[in-house]
Amino acid sequence: MGILEVKNVGKRFGGLQALSDVNLSVKENTVHAIIGPNGAGKSTLLNCLVGKLIPDTGSVMFDGQSVLGRAPFEINQMGISRVFQTPEIFGDLTVLENMLIPCFAKRDGAFELNALPSVQGQKDVLEKAEHMLEEMNMADKRHMHAAAMSRGDKRRLEIGMCLSQEPRLLLLDEPTAGMARADTNNTIDLLKEIASERDITIAIIEHDMHVVFSLADRITVLAQGTPLVEDDPQNIRGNPKVREAYLGESA
Amino acid sequence: MFGLEKRDTSMLIIVAVLTMFAPFILNPFPEGSALAQFNAGYPDLMQRFVIFGIFAIGFNILFGLTGYLSFGHAAFLGVGSYSAVWMFKLLSMNVVPAIILSVIVAGLFSLLIGFVSLRRSGIYFSILTLAFAQMSFNLAYSVLTPITNGETGLQLTLNDPRVLGASATADGSIPVTNLFGLEMRSTFELALGPWNFQFNAGYYLCAFILLAAFYLTIHIFRSPFGMMLRAVKSNQQRMNYTGLNSKPYTLAAFVISGMYAGLAGGLMASMDPLAGAERMQWTASGEVVLMTILGGAGTLIGPVLGAGFIKYFENIFSKINDGVLHSWFSFLPDGMENAMVTLIHPFVGKGWHLTLGILFMLVVIFLPGGLVEGGQRIAAWIKRKRAGDDAPAGKTEPAE
Repeated sequence: MGILEVKNVGKRFGGLQALSDVNLSVKENTVHAIIGPNGAGKSTLLNCLVGKLIPDTGSVMFDGQSVLGRAPFEINQMGISRVFQTPEIFGDLTVLENMLIPCFAKRDGAFELNALPSVQGQKDVLEKAEHMLEEMNMADKRHMHAAAMSRGDKRRLEIGMCLSQEPRLLLLDEPTAGMARADTNNTIDLLKEIASERDITIAIIEHDMHVVFSLADRITVLAQGTPLVEDDPQNIRGNPKVREAYLGESA
Repeated sequence: MFGLEKRDTSMLIIVAVLTMFAPFILNPFPEGSALAQFNAGYPDLMQRFVIFGIFAIGFNILFGLTGYLSFGHAAFLGVGSYSAVWMFKLLSMNVVPAIILSVIVAGLFSLLIGFVSLRRSGIYFSILTLAFAQMSFNLAYSVLTPITNGETGLQLTLNDPRVLGASATADGSIPVTNLFGLEMRSTFELALGPWNFQFNAGYYLCAFILLAAFYLTIHIFRSPFGMMLRAVKSNQQRMNYTGLNSKPYTLAAFVISGMYAGLAGGLMASMDPLAGAERMQWTASGEVVLMTILGGAGTLIGPVLGAGFIKYFENIFSKINDGVLHSWFSFLPDGMENAMVTLIHPFVGKGWHLTLGILFMLVVIFLPGGLVEGGQRIAAWIKRKRAGDDAPAGKTEPAE
């Protein structure tokens, strides 16, 4: 049994069958990549996992519990954190405040009316956030506006925010899309470090084969809304079906 | 001090000094001088300054922090006023129960409206709140006449029961509002040479409540809850994927700001015990939006400045008529005098809206952060002047 079990999931948008009969099992403490050409249904699948979309058929179980019908914030509280394709951070807030928010969410839950004590008085949360910023090598940027940072730094902050919640499953949606080569390599190194040092499962959707083969323990290839193969990276590399799906019939 | 950061403490002290010494600060010109026209230190107007200050501070908790622009906050102010007047009619002329009830009723009413309106965001939210406020206004104006006394407005009469007080005073008139016996209208006058300073009990009650409201607001701004409200404004998507439910946060902010509005409404009725439906009209809701933006949305002191600014214009500029203008320009030759008066005439007196509108436009275009940003720019400019001309110009921006 994997930590995430997707069974027979199907999703239809009007006339388009975006996903059909998707089965996926993500083993605990592995890095599982989901790859596939444009329109293969990767993002739709991810949205079904985090509560943004509800599949028409099938089930999604996380750690033995169904996630279907739960709101995104509830699924997050279960232990699934998501990193977006374009970094989603609190741009108007400082880097430190960005880090404080998930730390408060971890401590106080989905809603807490603590309107009288000051943020400065919450030493435990402050320490945790500062510590996380140091781990992400962002301590010197703590008073900067988050929106003013580079794409790579925003990504780093977003990943740090997710990690501060100590999730069991980290979902990454094309984490290096639109990044310069140096930023991409930094992100790969960061994710490798996270995967090796933490008790965490990572599921990653990615276009960039360089990223996929540097990180993944296991790869699922999705084509036209359904899994084509699931195998180890070295077998995927030589698989003719995968080449065909990516490059078309003529290749 | 008071569990606040140093910067916030000094802000609180500034507001305390401004409110406590307002009778002096707002009365700088001696009686009978040509500029006495610009004196604003009379009880009626000072009360309005602080009451609308409270209203705007509360509105800013919703609009400044979460970015949800409500166009119906006057409804809560109106509901607060009606509740307070009913308290004066039924219970006693003491303002304490009246103010407490007005806050509670406005809180419940805003819970109801907020629960429905907050299902949408952006322009749809604004339109929903506007619709609710106009509905409330029309109900108060016609349908709910038994409660609101329709277009005449709710007033005290000699037949009111006032179970804990007297229906009428010994000489047969309607009793006046008081705080445990201290009459709200009682005013101590201090004549210093040509100056006449007025210290009004009602004003000081309002001022103390403004200080308490301001103190509470500082706490809300600096609390984890306040940070979450700013997170709502910044990125709701990230919030929801960080395990936070943004709905109760926005609803709590809506109810808190509704209660501030109710408090302002209750105080208004405590100073002058009547309530009319026009307090709930959309122009009144729009006014508090203007106050907040003019002063600086999302800043602590901005809404207070904005409220003072607009109320000053409404009450002082509107009183400058042609007669006053002629007396100002009487030193000029006749033709010039008439020309000047004709030129300035559209901007003062009944035309004060025009001046306010132009100022509002200028502030929004050149100082998007409101009067507070203006103050900050002046402070930064003075600092640069002091540091010498070799200092780099402009504020330092973080590197991309």
